[in-house]
Amino acid sequence: MADPHQMFSGLGDVTVAEEAPQDEQGGGFFRRLVDGLSKSSKALSGQIQSIAFDPEDEAAWEQLEEALLLADCGVPATVEIIGRLERRVAAGGLTPGADLAPALAEEIADLLAGAEARIDVSHQPTVILMVGVNGTGKTTTVGKLAEHLRRVDKSVVVAAADTFRAAADEQLQAWADRAEADFVGSAHGGDPAAVAYDGIEAAVARGRDVVLVDTAGRLQNQVGLMDELAKIRRVINGRMEGAPHETLLVIDATTGQNGLQQARVFSEATPLTGIVLTKLDGTAKGGIALAIAFELGVPIKLIGVGESLDDLRPFDAGSFARALLGLGTA
Amino acid sequence: MLDSLSDRLGSALGDLRSSGRLSEDDINAAMREIRLALLEADVNFDVVKSFVATVKERALGAEVSESLTPGQEVVKIVHDELTKLMGEGNTKLELNGSPAVILVCGLQGSGKTTTCGKLAKLIEKQGKRPALIACDVYRPAAIAQLVTVGAQAGVPVYEHGTEMNPVEIARRGIQQAKEEGRDVVIVDTAGRLTVDKDLMDELVRIRNEVKPTDTLLVLDAMTGQDAVNTAQNFQAAIDFSGLILTKLDGDARGGAALSVRAITGVPIKVITTGEKLDQIEEFHPDRLASRILGMGDVLSLIERAEQFVDKDKAEELERKMRKNEFGLDDMLDQLRSIRKMGSLTSVLGMLPGVGKQLKNAKVDEGQLDRVEAIILSMTPAERSNPKLINGSRRVRIAAGSGVSVTEVNALLKQYEQMKKMMKTFAGGKGKMPKLPKGMELPPELQG
Ligand SMILES: Nc1nc2c(ncn2[C@@H]2O[C@H](COP(=O)(O)OP(=O)(O)OP(=O)(O)O)[C@@H](O)[C@H]2O)c(=O)[nH]1
Ligand SMILES: [Mg+2]
Repeated sequence: MADPHQMFSGLGDVTVAEEAPQDEQGGGFFRRLVDGLSKSSKALSGQIQSIAFDPEDEAAWEQLEEALLLADCGVPATVEIIGRLERRVAAGGLTPGADLAPALAEEIADLLAGAEARIDVSHQPTVILMVGVNGTGKTTTVGKLAEHLRRVDKSVVVAAADTFRAAADEQLQAWADRAEADFVGSAHGGDPAAVAYDGIEAAVARGRDVVLVDTAGRLQNQVGLMDELAKIRRVINGRMEGAPHETLLVIDATTGQNGLQQARVFSEATPLTGIVLTKLDGTAKGGIALAIAFELGVPIKLIGVGESLDDLRPFDAGSFARALLGLGTA
Repeated sequence: MLDSLSDRLGSALGDLRSSGRLSEDDINAAMREIRLALLEADVNFDVVKSFVATVKERALGAEVSESLTPGQEVVKIVHDELTKLMGEGNTKLELNGSPAVILVCGLQGSGKTTTCGKLAKLIEKQGKRPALIACDVYRPAAIAQLVTVGAQAGVPVYEHGTEMNPVEIARRGIQQAKEEGRDVVIVDTAGRLTVDKDLMDELVRIRNEVKPTDTLLVLDAMTGQDAVNTAQNFQAAIDFSGLILTKLDGDARGGAALSVRAITGVPIKVITTGEKLDQIEEFHPDRLASRILGMGDVLSLIERAEQFVDKDKAEELERKMRKNEFGLDDMLDQLRSIRKMGSLTSVLGMLPGVGKQLKNAKVDEGQLDRVEAIILSMTPAERSNPKLINGSRRVRIAAGSGVSVTEVNALLKQYEQMKKMMKTFAGGKGKMPKLPKGMELPPELQG
């Protein structure tokens, strides 16, 4: 089980919240991918071995690219990482026969490091808004977060602002019961912004520390639903200045390149403070989160690794990078 | 954002109109663009490799048709090959059996429960008597969700709470279906990861118990490279017979569907395009091919338009247009039927080439609301005879609809333009365009 204290800042102890990196856009030309695919560098399927790396060997570079692309990192982020490694080689930091794996993991971790951050719960109450496309794990994550907040002695109200999907409120109610959080809901088809408002009201009235607002899944190209989300945010902000203090975009690790578009469009409707990357307990590597962190500078804050209350972790760039390449933990 | 393959190839190959064969250089440049386009569309890396090899081979021998640029010729080859690859195999749901059993499985959050409701409704429309079985005993309120969905679809849901083992629930469900004379049962299962051995074993046991006539894997259109691992693992465990591609109302390219199709050989049977229960459609390989290549989805748009445009109204409109009697009421109708198709941004996104220009231009849906408000503030007489609307009436209408007089003027001007355009159509002999006019839709749509 993860130490819940590592997930949050503003608990009273000192925490370091770093700025997101302002990476320059990666080089445009993707040489090997473009020219070299014909050579069959077979069946790594995302598994980079700790092989002795020969920077002179084109096939070795190809394998690397392949692993990153198969992890959904996308072309621009892959270009960037490979570029960094090449610069390392040029600077003499990676010699023939060297173990490639740690170097690569380091570069990835480095790319992500600035994007590592904690959930700030220093406000009274702190309002956290969960958003994302359908089925990514928003409701489950609200449940897990409520539980982890409880473990650091924060009292929680969960607000069921998904008034649309069948049985969404019952699902959240079940999590609230498990995590011993207060539940605020409304009738099916009710106004989601009003539920968020009521959630804050309840927290203020009862002196609760954190309000977790669960919203309905929505695809980012549905303008009406994105407007609704913007309205939820406005109403929250109208009720409490500075709120929502965190707006977390929940991304499923199986997501492909569309994840970037999700992050872009959701951040237009409501500025994002972080990503929760769920379902990392499966075969998907979640490289899209790296692409998002690289291209948009949105930090990854939490990861989901299962379906029970326990299965939430603070994001750790180093172990994510190693897992991305199938290396296991360092 | 993503450029369409045609745009990419256009710039890679220039306009160079080499008649005759595609040169080796042309082809290599084109293959590079195709690889990148397919990767951006989430087609699996390995599938991209073999697919590009096929395309290259065909392109090498290809003649460039008179009417096409080399780039267009390549796009055509790619599109053909994609369509061919995705189109083979039986796409009909297997509904023969007593009862027929459809087992629905997939990862968490892929859309299984909603899809079950949609399938039930679709099958009922075909004159069958379906029932649903609730085997997801794990996710909180999953059963409640299926019960709600079943009620919306008007189909019974057999459930036994969360305490019973899913295999037993399935067994009893089939039993009950037989007793109640249901001829198709749809089994909703919990989402599961393929690394979860216990749950995969459970799925195998459910399969062995219900002996499905059709086993469907639900695949989210947004899935990336992992689609292939997941599909292969499900195939190894339960050898599914069809794919359902969900959330195609989003803007993901859907390349994962191609990967899974290519790697497993299993056909895509249906697709789903929204959260409402009737948003389930037949699969058209050519449309998905266009989508993967970023070429817009004109056919789907036309189909949607046909679905939402009332045929009688359309005929009435045609008559009015011919007689030059088109009034503001008709314009309002037009506006509303277009809006029923979905947000304008999503409608426009289906048009080839438009996606790119409009990627940032957000269509102002609020403006459409204002247009409606303006027309609704007019008297019926004014609507059918807009000539009546003089200066003071404009001021009244503006006040009534909460807009400026300038906006009222702009609307009236737009109306005049439309009317003029219609006169041109009505003068000609050609068939009247099928699509509702009235909005400034790009020319691709008109006629
Ligand atoms: N294996 C695994 N499953 C997860 C994880 N997070 C969520 N899930 C599962 O994913 C499915 C969808 O989760 P929900 O929390 O309902 O997702 P949601 O985003 O609230 O869905 P909608 O409200 O319908 O858009 C459920 O079956 C969850 O149990 C995770 O980290 N790992
Ligand atoms: Mg939810």
